[in-house]
Amino acid sequence: MPIRIVTTHLEFEGQVEEVRVVLEGEEPPAWGPDTPFQVVGKPTARVDARERVTGAAEYSYDVQLPGMLTAAGLRSPHPHARISRLDASSALAVPGVRAVYSHLNAGDFINPSSGKPVFGNELLYHGDLVALVVAETPEQAREATRAIDVAYEPLPFVTAPDAALAANAPMVNTAVPSNTISDEYPQVYQRGDVEAALAQAEVTIETRMETPAALHNSLETHGGAASWDGSRLTVWSSTQGVFGARQQAAAALGLPMTAVQVITQYMGGGFGSKLGVHRSGLLAAYASRQLGLPVKYMLDRTEENLDAGNRPPSVQAYRLGAAKDGTLAALDLAVIHNVGANGLWSSPVALPAKELYQCANVRTTDRAARTNLGTLAAFRAPGVVEGIAGLEVAIDALATELGMDSLELRRKNFAERYQLLDRPYARKMLLDCYRIGAERIGWETRDAEERRYPGGRSGHLRRGIGMASQLWGGDGGPPAQAIAKLLPDGTAVIITGTQDIGTGTRTVLAQIAAEELGYPLERVRVELGETAHGVFSPMSGGSMTLASVGPAVRMAAVEARKELTEVIGQLAEAPADALDIRNATVFNRETGAEMGGVSTYLEQLGGHEITAKGMRGPNAEDVTVRTFGAQFAEVEVDIGTGAVRVVRIVAVHDCGRIINPLTYSSQIEGGIIQGLGFALTEQRIVDERLGMVMNPNLGDYKAPTIRDIPQIDIVLLNEPNVVANTLGVLGAGEPPIIPTPGAIANAVGHALGKTVTRLPLTPDRVLDMLSTTTERS
Amino acid sequence: MSSPSSNAASVSTSASTTTIHLTVNGRTRTLSVEPRRTLLDALREDLHLTGAKPGCNMGQCGACTVLLDGEAVYSCLALAIECQHQAITTIEGLAHDDQLDPVQQAFIDHDALQCGFCTPGQVLALKSLLLRDPHPDDDAIERAMAGNLCRCGAYPKILAAARSLAGRAS
Ligand code: FES
Ligand code: FES
Repeated sequence: MPIRIVTTHLEFEGQVEEVRVVLEGEEPPAWGPDTPFQVVGKPTARVDARERVTGAAEYSYDVQLPGMLTAAGLRSPHPHARISRLDASSALAVPGVRAVYSHLNAGDFINPSSGKPVFGNELLYHGDLVALVVAETPEQAREATRAIDVAYEPLPFVTAPDAALAANAPMVNTAVPSNTISDEYPQVYQRGDVEAALAQAEVTIETRMETPAALHNSLETHGGAASWDGSRLTVWSSTQGVFGARQQAAAALGLPMTAVQVITQYMGGGFGSKLGVHRSGLLAAYASRQLGLPVKYMLDRTEENLDAGNRPPSVQAYRLGAAKDGTLAALDLAVIHNVGANGLWSSPVALPAKELYQCANVRTTDRAARTNLGTLAAFRAPGVVEGIAGLEVAIDALATELGMDSLELRRKNFAERYQLLDRPYARKMLLDCYRIGAERIGWETRDAEERRYPGGRSGHLRRGIGMASQLWGGDGGPPAQAIAKLLPDGTAVIITGTQDIGTGTRTVLAQIAAEELGYPLERVRVELGETAHGVFSPMSGGSMTLASVGPAVRMAAVEARKELTEVIGQLAEAPADALDIRNATVFNRETGAEMGGVSTYLEQLGGHEITAKGMRGPNAEDVTVRTFGAQFAEVEVDIGTGAVRVVRIVAVHDCGRIINPLTYSSQIEGGIIQGLGFALTEQRIVDERLGMVMNPNLGDYKAPTIRDIPQIDIVLLNEPNVVANTLGVLGAGEPPIIPTPGAIANAVGHALGKTVTRLPLTPDRVLDMLSTTTERS
Repeated sequence: MSSPSSNAASVSTSASTTTIHLTVNGRTRTLSVEPRRTLLDALREDLHLTGAKPGCNMGQCGACTVLLDGEAVYSCLALAIECQHQAITTIEGLAHDDQLDPVQQAFIDHDALQCGFCTPGQVLALKSLLLRDPHPDDDAIERAMAGNLCRCGAYPKILAAARSLAGRAS
């Protein structure tokens, strides 16, 4: 097949990147709106559900090899300190202990992602790694961490971002002369003239939104098991990207990529925090190579919550100007990011302000502070969750000021085009999402007396309804490859190098292949999650897995089927295009005659397996592909206790064609539930005087339980986006978390007649709001 | 995390091993463990039954849930030596031959799992409830399951699976 190199553009979490891609062959034409389907679009139980409900699924945490050792980390109890003495002799004397690594004996082990030593003698945050113990059992390893004799010299620290950026602030890292990320900060985006437009605007408002650090708390912690056999390293990594993990492990150990394989068959959640092999996986690999035995290092829950990343705190200040009729004239946003000790980037909190509403005069200013706290990591729609909450609360406040219905205000300022590049959207169904969601939640009666006061005006319950919009990329892109193999017995194997991080990737890829092959789903097996036998696929992040890998799988299946019908045609002496394959059985299209199962033909080929390749083609140029959506929330607030109960969420998202409505709804529900936690209960709590995290565990970090779940109504739009890719699909992982906190905040604002300024809306803050914040009608 | 300025703790608590007998999924198993070994670690490290998951090792997530005489417990909070007189059921022992337990089947049919890391614990927590109350209402289901966190948010579907087993449509 002829090879071409195409330049295409990838958009990942707000950034547009130019990439060269190698393409081979032609993608099949896109599935149209009227394409008939047998498997695609049908609610389908996960193909690997059985392994997951029986305990047979092997996660990285579960890998056990003969002679395997276990590692445990000793973590800094200080927000900033120098190690003045470290004596591991007592630890080494604990029975079963094989090694203790620290800056003293492993100081030259460099993490390729940061270019810095894995073990330093300056500790930058509570939970920074001091030393690693490797022992025969987990108990011995943990015991030995307590036996290491360490003396710390505490250094001045700073945890608040504005304090970190102030003149004369203590340096977060004494080796780095500034507490900002780089001299590219503050980052300013502007179009038009915000100050002039604000000065002339008929109505202006100012709002503020502070969002907390949220901890991913994937139920499987970060880590990996590694086995070095003298020439080859195998890492079972709890990762969202086996290829990236391989590259990092190879670079860290100075090995050629052929000498490293990474395996991730099952993993217990990542939500953006597991894009690579993580320091823990590198340490397992390092120790395994040093000791010549397999080593497993899975973080314990405390280590996880101190050192595996966070959705970083944001402080957002909005100034909006509008005409009396609601036309938005100016939007100014200043954000302060707290990216933690080693943060190298800041999240696109300002993205919604730049894009969501039609506005000629926009300015966003991002300031980023490094602080003596754990470093940020991507967390399900990083920045955009926080930015939508801030912006949509500001829009509600503006509507109140104008005396306008807030949904009407949103419609009035609907942006037809993608304003950052002044080009069209491939499709924008946001107005449909507004209409459908408003109908479902009963927007029209949101102010009705009996709805707002369930126990009457003298009672203690107030209900409110609010909404927020959602925007996200999720269109994926190349490179992504797949191979389809048709086996002699009439089964098929699809090989990719993606991973199923719990989203149901294995299942939707099997559905796509089964559809194109004309095979029943049970006859298709999807192999993924390993570098050695897989073919390149991107990491599972940015809601791009299906939209990237799915079209490659489809193309491989289409090509395999073509070859199959040619082979059968020659064997049966019939023209290939007269052959149809349904249910792995061959039919003559013209006569309708059944010609036997595919295996009847394939078995004649001496074991030959038909093998075909598929590749994700380039993205459409000069157009912006987005998922848009909206969520509507109804909440009940107890004004006596400050407790907020979410009664109902209506979710309307345009995620393109839905391959599997069952797993799609699970994704949407999961996103909403995480968003609900962010809105109401979740936050990393830092004692500012001590610089320490007070709740690095699952008891005090309040993630939602089954008791916190509202009624969730999901509207399935299921409209293929034919511009996006040949499947018409868009990502669904991140969209559902994006509007939930904003919708809940606006519902609480509606219930109380106030404007929310801080998340999470814990009862004490709700009571505070009742007594202090200014009234609104 | 230990003392602020020095981390020294010189007393070794490493102890010799003890022989114990555990009845796991109907079979008696003989193990040699340190007294400090939790039931969770005994199952995972000694018996290679890795279905029970260490989500926190401190009794806060439920991923390690197993049944002791039919009662759901956090196996990370029990010591193995304490469990010698009870029947231990792990997720591996729930299906018989190739026949899944109805709870497992309901989880599959309702897609009551995403990453699946919490799933063995969820299945066993629900199993335990249904053993003592075959027709629980929503409140009973939520009480029984509230100690099993699911970070992926499979709760609505866990509830749907539970309702179907309780004989009620969702
Ligand atoms: S591991 Fe036992 S409750 Fe979390
Ligand atoms: S399915 Fe992932 S934690 Fe429950």
